[in-house]
Order: sequence, then structure tokens, then C-alpha cells
Amino acid sequence: MDTDLILKVTPFFLQAAVITVELSVLTVLIGLACGALGAAARLSRHAALRFLGAAYVSVIRGTPALIQLFLLYFGGPQIGIQLDAFSAGVIGLGINIGAYMTETMRGAIVAVDHGQAEAARTLGLSRAQAFRKVVLPQALRLMIRPLGVNINAQIKATALVSAISVIELTYTAQRYIGSTYKPFEMFLLAGVLYLAIITVTGKVIAALDRRVRLP
Amino acid sequence: MTQTPFVEIRHAQKSYGTLEVLRDVNLTVNRGEIVAIIGPSGSGKSTLLRAINDLDPLSAGEVLLEGVQVNKTLPPRAYEAHINEMRQHIGMVFQHFNLFPHLTVRQNVTMAPKLLKRLGEAEANRLAEEQLAHVGMLERIDYYPSQLSGGQKQRVAIARALAMKPKLMLFDEATSALDPELVEEVNQVMKRLAEEHMTMIIVTHEMDFAASVCDRVIFMDGGVVVEEGPPSVVFRTPTQERTRNFLRKYLEGAK
Repeated sequence: MDTDLILKVTPFFLQAAVITVELSVLTVLIGLACGALGAAARLSRHAALRFLGAAYVSVIRGTPALIQLFLLYFGGPQIGIQLDAFSAGVIGLGINIGAYMTETMRGAIVAVDHGQAEAARTLGLSRAQAFRKVVLPQALRLMIRPLGVNINAQIKATALVSAISVIELTYTAQRYIGSTYKPFEMFLLAGVLYLAIITVTGKVIAALDRRVRLP
Repeated sequence: MTQTPFVEIRHAQKSYGTLEVLRDVNLTVNRGEIVAIIGPSGSGKSTLLRAINDLDPLSAGEVLLEGVQVNKTLPPRAYEAHINEMRQHIGMVFQHFNLFPHLTVRQNVTMAPKLLKRLGEAEANRLAEEQLAHVGMLERIDYYPSQLSGGQKQRVAIARALAMKPKLMLFDEATSALDPELVEEVNQVMKRLAEEHMTMIIVTHEMDFAASVCDRVIFMDGGVVVEEGPPSVVFRTPTQERTRNFLRKYLEGAK
């Protein structure tokens, strides 16, 4: 193993890792927003919204993320959507993870015992108040860990945007292989950096979960 | 002038598909009266109780509280405002307590008064202390529900309902989920409420409690009121065969 080479390229890989972190943060934020909207739609009183929510989830989860990215980045200009690679990557992957987060959030909300909302309603709280004050605080606690699983998957899924030429960690590894012919070192280094990002994220999520856990 | 009954249920009907759970139930409860509803499971007693605050809406019929119809047919928004107002006057206690696990005992009690009656922090705290002292739970005011026994949870649930100063209290098998040794502490609280002339409608499996506390016992079976009267009559000299059968089975079970 060529350790000198690894040390030499590490600063460049670290810069690429920053892009991966940015991609992760932005896609997770978009995903959380899409997930909240999707869950609200799926649990709506209106059949049309429920249908839209279900359609979003089944279309996105039923097709490869890579196809979705290609469709947006390469196919987009054909229908008037011009995005640079980074934006296409963030939007495409954000919408993708949003479908998984929709199901996570919906699952956590329906997991809260129905008697909770019922007790709140019998006190005179409105449907919205019962949701906000009683159901949601319990559902949020239930969704931290499973959202953590979604986020873990999403960090790794950012590697897909290398296929539309966003210069992040995986793309950088491939590029350096072209000039160094050392795929083992390059992919190993990239893998270690992914592992570091995921380990830190996992610790943050675990800490958050501990912090809000009920006695 | 005839006095308006406090609670009146007229021609209550409820069906789930072809299953008729309530068939033309009529019931009047006077102010300050304590009424027990007994009967086998599936008799419709819980459904009737839950129809009073429109938690399980009737298929047909009316529920009135002090002459005001609770289960009005209104456009969604108007209904929401109406029912939330009505429910503030109707406290309810559940078999499984349904305390809010993410809130302390104090917060469980103060949440609704703060939200709905715009009580300030100090005032809400005073109210919580007063209500919790009343059910003997003041020492646990800053505990979480998970740190309480079943009996304690149910006493807190009663305090939470009472904090809204309801005119009527509904108890849906309030002691059925409790270990036998914890039943008495909840019964004591309910007895105290009875002495304070709170109007109460109590769905229960505890015949001794019904006999000692209630003014009137309603026996339901198959979605109808089979027999009603003072506990001394319904329990000792029931006139209906179905009541006798039910009480006999109950006594055999108790042995």
C-alpha cells in the first residue's frame, strides 16, 4: 500500500468530503421537508391528497435513484429544467430520500396510541391542538432513530451524484485513480472518510435520541 | 314548567354496518345523580358512554346536556368549535388512563386549562396543585406518568379531567385495568366526587362499587336498556330474566 500517496492526496479528498457533507445536509433538509409534506398528505382527510402522497412514495421507491437523477439532470433540459450538476443532485436525492422519510414519519405518527388523541379531544382540544401538543411530541421521539437510518442511507447515496459529475468524494476517488492507477488506495481512503462522516452522524443522532427520551 | 333534564339521551341508535350496537336507548340523568351502567361486554354500554361526548357518534338519536344538543349536525368547522366547547364541560376517564407520557403530572393537568382557558403559569400551577391534592397526588406533581402505578395514573387522569371544571364526568371502566389492590384508591376518589355531588355516569364491572355509590343502575344487554332502578332493587330483586342471568354469572365469577 502506497501510504505516501495517500497522505499526499488526503487534503484533496478532505475537500471532496466537505462537498459530500454539504450534499448530505442539503438533501436531508429537503428530504425532511418532503417527508413532512408527504406524511401530512398520506394522513390527510382528503382522498386526493392521500392519493398524491401514496403516488409520490410508490413512484420514488419503485425506481432507482440513479434513474431519477439521470432523468432530472440529462432529461430535464428537454422539458425546460436546466440545473447544474450539484443542484440536480441535491434536488433529485432530496426528493428521493423524502419518500422514505414520508413513510418513517407516517409510521411514527400512527404508532402513537389512538387513546392519546382521544384523551386530548375529550378535554376540549381541537384536532390540530391535539396533534400539536399530544401526538406530534410523542411521534417526533419515535421517529428520531428510524430517520437516523434514512440519513445513514442518504449519506452513502450521495455517491450516486458522481455519475452526473458532481465533484464529491466518490468522483474524486475515481479521478485520482485516472492519474495514479492506484484504485485500492483511492477507494480505501474514500471509504474511510465516508465511515468517519457516518460515525459522527450516528453519534449525533444517538445523543439527540437520548436527550429527548422520556424517563 | 318542567325542568330540563341535565343529561338526556333520546332514541340513541348506533350500528357498524349490519351490527346494531345501540337500539333506541333512552336515558335521563339528573344533576348530581350518579348512574352506573352495567352489562356484559358487547352490550353497548361503553358505546353509549362514548356517545355522550360524541367520541363515538350515534347513527341516529340525540344527546343533550342541559338542553343543548351535543351531537349536532353542523358543517365541519362549526361542529369542531361546538364539540370542543361541549367537551370542556364533560370530563372523561378511560380504562387505560391515557395520560400524556411526554408531560409531567403537573403538565398533564395544566395543558388543557392553559390552552383552552388561557390560564397563566401561576394560575395553572395553583389549579394543578389543588386538583392533585384532591386526589392525593400532590407529592408526585413533577413525576412522569411512567413513574407512577396504575392507581396513581388513574387518579392523575381524574385530576386532569376535573381541572377543566366539568359539569359531568364519564368513567369508562376506570378500574378495569388496575391490579386488584389498586382499585380501592381510585374508588375512594370517585366516592369523594360522589359526595361532592358531581354528576357521574360510570360504566363499570364492579357491582359492589355500583351498589355502594350509585343512585341508579342501568343494566344493558344487546344494545338496549333491559332494566334500571336503584341499586337495591336492580341488584336484589331484578325483574328481568336477563338481569338475573347476568348477576348470577357475575356472582359465580366473583367466587
